[in-house]
Amino acid sequence: MGDREGNKSMRHLRIPVVIVTLGLLVAACGTTAGPSASGITEIGEGEGELNLVIWAGYAERGDIDPAFDWVTPFEEETGCEVNTTDMTDSNNGVSLMQSGEYDGISASGDATSRLIASGLVAPINTDVFENYGNVFDGLKDLPHNTVDGVNYGVPHGRGPNLLAWNTEEVTDAPTSWDIIWEQGADYAGDISIYDSSIFIADAALHLMNSQPDLGITNPYQLTQEQFDAAVALLEELNTNNPLYWGTFSDQVSSYGAGDVVVGTTWQFQVNLLQGEEAPIEATLPDEGSTGWSDTWMMAAEAAHPNCMLMWMDHMMSSEANGQATVWFGEAPTSQEACDYAETLSPGHCELTHATDEAYYDRIWYWSTPQEDCADDDDGTTCVTQDDWVQAWTTLRGA
Amino acid sequence: MAESRWVRIGLRIATGGVLVFLYLPLVILVIYAFNPSRLQAWPPTGFTFDWFAEAAANPAIRRALGNSLLAGIGATSVALVLGTAAALAVQRFAFFGRHTVSFLFVLPIALPGVVTGIALRTTFQTAGISFGLGTIIVGHATFCVVIAYNNVIARLRRLPRTPEEASADLGADTWTTFRRVTLPGMGTALLSGGLLAFALSFDEIIVTNFTAGPGTQTIPMWIFAAIQRPTELPVVNVVAFVLILVSTVPVYLAQRISNGAGGSRI
Amino acid sequence: MIVAYFGSLAILLLSAFWEKDAFTGRVEPFVWSLDAFDDLITNTVYRTIALRTIAIAVLVTLTDALLAFPIAYYMARVASPRMRGVLTVAILMPLWAAYLVKVYAWRTILQGNGFIEWMLEPFGASAPGLGQILNSWLVLSYLWLPYMILPIYAGLERIPGSLLEASSDLGARSGTTFRRVVVPLVFPSLVAGSIFTFSLTLGDYITPDLVSDAKFIGNVIYDNSSLGNVPLAAAYSLLPIVIMIGYLLVARRLGAFESL
Repeated sequence: MGDREGNKSMRHLRIPVVIVTLGLLVAACGTTAGPSASGITEIGEGEGELNLVIWAGYAERGDIDPAFDWVTPFEEETGCEVNTTDMTDSNNGVSLMQSGEYDGISASGDATSRLIASGLVAPINTDVFENYGNVFDGLKDLPHNTVDGVNYGVPHGRGPNLLAWNTEEVTDAPTSWDIIWEQGADYAGDISIYDSSIFIADAALHLMNSQPDLGITNPYQLTQEQFDAAVALLEELNTNNPLYWGTFSDQVSSYGAGDVVVGTTWQFQVNLLQGEEAPIEATLPDEGSTGWSDTWMMAAEAAHPNCMLMWMDHMMSSEANGQATVWFGEAPTSQEACDYAETLSPGHCELTHATDEAYYDRIWYWSTPQEDCADDDDGTTCVTQDDWVQAWTTLRGA
Repeated sequence: MAESRWVRIGLRIATGGVLVFLYLPLVILVIYAFNPSRLQAWPPTGFTFDWFAEAAANPAIRRALGNSLLAGIGATSVALVLGTAAALAVQRFAFFGRHTVSFLFVLPIALPGVVTGIALRTTFQTAGISFGLGTIIVGHATFCVVIAYNNVIARLRRLPRTPEEASADLGADTWTTFRRVTLPGMGTALLSGGLLAFALSFDEIIVTNFTAGPGTQTIPMWIFAAIQRPTELPVVNVVAFVLILVSTVPVYLAQRISNGAGGSRI
Repeated sequence: MIVAYFGSLAILLLSAFWEKDAFTGRVEPFVWSLDAFDDLITNTVYRTIALRTIAIAVLVTLTDALLAFPIAYYMARVASPRMRGVLTVAILMPLWAAYLVKVYAWRTILQGNGFIEWMLEPFGASAPGLGQILNSWLVLSYLWLPYMILPIYAGLERIPGSLLEASSDLGARSGTTFRRVVVPLVFPSLVAGSIFTFSLTLGDYITPDLVSDAKFIGNVIYDNSSLGNVPLAAAYSLLPIVIMIGYLLVARRLGAFESL
């Protein structure tokens, strides 16, 4: 959720939050669930285990590069053994959290509001963390993880979805998403596209520029007409036989094998490919892009709440945040983490525009499509999350 | 019917072709296990044993191997006990609905794993059972029990009833007869059924994906996670290669057993 | 175990009628709704996917039957007993090699810098690469081939040689004997093998995902389950259940169960 819509969606969420709070109270009375985190004033003894839903690459043990290991030090320090499950997209992440098997998640903005509204994640008292004070003010109390002044998590990092291309096949460095949407036929069979319903927003973003009369003001909150136009654009793209990537490795192997030459990506894959000396470059196109700002959230009924809180604190520490954000190629969350990141990868903070709010104004953070368009205007209704998923299934199944 | 010379030659060529088809991917995989490049591009760039050392040093592989063995042994044991009991009941006691029972016993293996998986997952979740090795064992046992049942019932059909009757006539009670006469008669069927059930459990990924909890990883789950990480692919090849080598033992065993007894049944 | 299994299937059936919140995606057990079936019926893509999956399952079954018959025949009637043992092991072995690894091996063979590309390059041709629906057909046929060979081999082995001699003594040419004696006798075994090739294809979602971009029935079930839409996944999984029960009833009638 971008800043632009922030205050509005906060108001929208107030009613669900009341329901959630009531729900939590009922749950607390009815079951022997763990203590509610908001009442905690300090972190207790670790429970010896921690089960996380993560974006691939958010919890490294140095398996790939021994220099990047922020899980082992955490385990040694806290005695919490970390188990992770990679989510394929935000929808999958929400579903994994619904299983009740996990203590926490690194949720993007299109998952956070759903998790909060359904009472799956616990309110957090940020006073318990040693490292919260260092976090950039611009990343505190954001609408996607804070409701009515109550925090539901701590930031991990943020970044844009980039346009990547093979420099041997695409010799003129592209500066616009037009290469996919308008010149897609030139690259038929060689386009790499993220396989998730949230990608519909990328089509909507293009329509914001190419068809201003549609009146799209937010690529995640679309009226039926706007939504249909975005889906039509994707159907057109489908005629060029793009290769859809569900996991980062799908994309790394298809770029690496030369099966695709242009498409949407994360900095992470670009780093991996450049590490293998593949001729891949990436850029943030002129018209901006979709992107994400991720939050560590704790399950409302976490079996290992203390380990989870320690993990959240750990992930805001300069070493862990510095390593994790360099590894994934996203912006660190504090000046201290930035400084540490510079020792691993000089120029990292500038490259990821860690302190450059103007840069992030060009990025529409992933957010959940909502029926009331997440605004105050009662007159319009927007296409819901469920319909986005349905449309994506239709598009991909055809 | 004596096949003509040309038919024989044709059959030989076809057999050879099918064998090449069956082994081509396995051979390529084994070659990649010794390829120094992390990228799986053909042709290979050299020769190395490095990945074997890396695989041996990986604690996640050892843990997954342990889980897979436990799940396989657990599911096979449950399957053998229940499968044998069911086969005895169906074969030895005529009761109403016998044919329906034997039909129902084929379902768990004939219905796609994804259906079994989601059915079990929904049920466990609704019942509030937490996911782990126990749920994996239950998931695997659903199809392992069919293997055990099929092997045992096939043997029971061939076993003459006379030794059992003789045993009873000589004054042995039902349990003694079962233990001293029936069970030894089924021995090799149980062994070959057990081996096959274990093999299926060891390699199962679909039902496992649905029934595993966050902390439990089996070997196929590890492989599934590792093939999603491009840098771990060479280690996957090594694990696959070693598994193929190790699997020759049970395959050989199963073959020895079935040579004497008419083949094991899927 | 059987009770647990069928109990689960019953729960699955029920869960197809559960309500799902459109915003949070939370499923409310035992709150009834027909939304899932509504989605399945109104959206034609589910029909397309079902037909595609069934078509591939039929193709895979036919392909495996064609590939399996000669080798099974060779094993049963031409090969020496020693050779027979060797071949049985040779066919069982790939079954023991991890399923995922085999799929992955095919992925490396098919992709743009793989073995096929290398073979074709000297001829100026290029590999079609990943993302082709035919890849699924090829790899699934590969995976389930042993499940077809073994029952057919067992079936052929059971045919007494004297029967074939009788046929030729009575003046039938070998082609006629094959058509009139061998094929009818081995047919139940073929149907038994086809239960595996058909059902395993019908439910697979990993292979289609890894080697081609096409969605199968299994993908819809798995994707919806992993996206939290259990009711839709459950409703759609009734389709393979019904298909397989129908298939099994026909198979039983054809005597395939004795050959399982």
